[in-house]
Amino acid sequence: MSKRVLEILKSKFGADIYETHSQFGDDTAVVNPEKWREIARFLRDDSQCAMNMFVDLTAVDYLGRQTPRFEVVLHLRSLERGHRIRLKARIGDDDANGVEIDSVVPVWKGANWFERECFDMFGVNFKGHPDLRRILMYPEFVGYPLRKDYPADKTQPLVELRNVPDKLPPFGIDEGMPFGRQTHDYPRGEETN
Amino acid sequence: MGEMTTGGAGTTIQVLEGSETGFATTRFNDLLNWARKYSLFQYPFITACCAMEFMAMASPRFDMARFGAEAPRFSPRQSDLLWVVGTISQRQAPALKRIYEQMADPKYVFAFGTCASCGGFYDNYTTLAGIDKVVPVDVYVPGCPPRPEAVIDGLLLLQDKIARGDRTPAIVKPRRDPTVQAGNLVRLGKKSTAT
Repeated sequence: MSKRVLEILKSKFGADIYETHSQFGDDTAVVNPEKWREIARFLRDDSQCAMNMFVDLTAVDYLGRQTPRFEVVLHLRSLERGHRIRLKARIGDDDANGVEIDSVVPVWKGANWFERECFDMFGVNFKGHPDLRRILMYPEFVGYPLRKDYPADKTQPLVELRNVPDKLPPFGIDEGMPFGRQTHDYPRGEETN
Repeated sequence: MGEMTTGGAGTTIQVLEGSETGFATTRFNDLLNWARKYSLFQYPFITACCAMEFMAMASPRFDMARFGAEAPRFSPRQSDLLWVVGTISQRQAPALKRIYEQMADPKYVFAFGTCASCGGFYDNYTTLAGIDKVVPVDVYVPGCPPRPEAVIDGLLLLQDKIARGDRTPAIVKPRRDPTVQAGNLVRLGKKSTAT
């Protein structure tokens, strides 16, 4: 499909394209985070690439699996040429220092809320974003819930919770469905909340 | 039987006399509770997929209006019964609490579905584990979503509670107890935490 786009990227940016692959027809380039916006702008403006549609932007936390810990993933599509590409950039160390990357809002306006969500969930700091605030969680929320070191069932209530000691069966003391917790990776009792 | 004639068009009204037909006595509170029970003005606080089942409940096939719980009022100040239908997130909890506080006494709360009752399978940063953490609940109806029959059971249970003046929480029993069901599930691949 758009392997040609990968070729163009490699010839244009050389060593800033760290690796590429095209598994199952999904063409992916892992790029230098310093050149993030420059590459994005090139992909939009170059007549061979013409990526005029911003599709998706999100992040993945690979805590303990890879060191730059976060991977920011950008999906693009060209409506003119009918091809798509996925860009990835790896940022941040294990203590979540340096989790920042250039915003692509100046390139595609549609990235605005995606970057806000990514900031909200992963704490990725998008440099040059016009309005980087939480979008889903409330402003009082501390931490970033989709990071792997955020305890999976830790809540931060906004109002004081009532004590409901004698809840009727079938609702147990342990609210929710405790059998769902068997797949959690961290040992019970050691979380930080 | 007496007879009373008014002027004008000459209409006649039959007047029943106590000596002929008997009479009933009741306590004032019972009469009041009987009246409340059949005039539940409802405020639907609907947030999630249970809304579909709520619509089925309110529409003619199941016809909630039969039980005197017909008129929705979209101001909490005019309603008696708060239907909480669906998942309540931590972010919505203050709004729910405020709406409950705005309702005039006597007020009743109906937890519709598993999410409203206990948070359901959402066991994470975003979801309130049951609305009873924020407002007191009168009737819980588990189910994901509950069948309209279960909801009607819950409504009748609530009317029964109102008639008795009973404010302790009540539950519509599920046909299958999920705590028993859970034991029968295939155990999910549990990752060993001990080295």
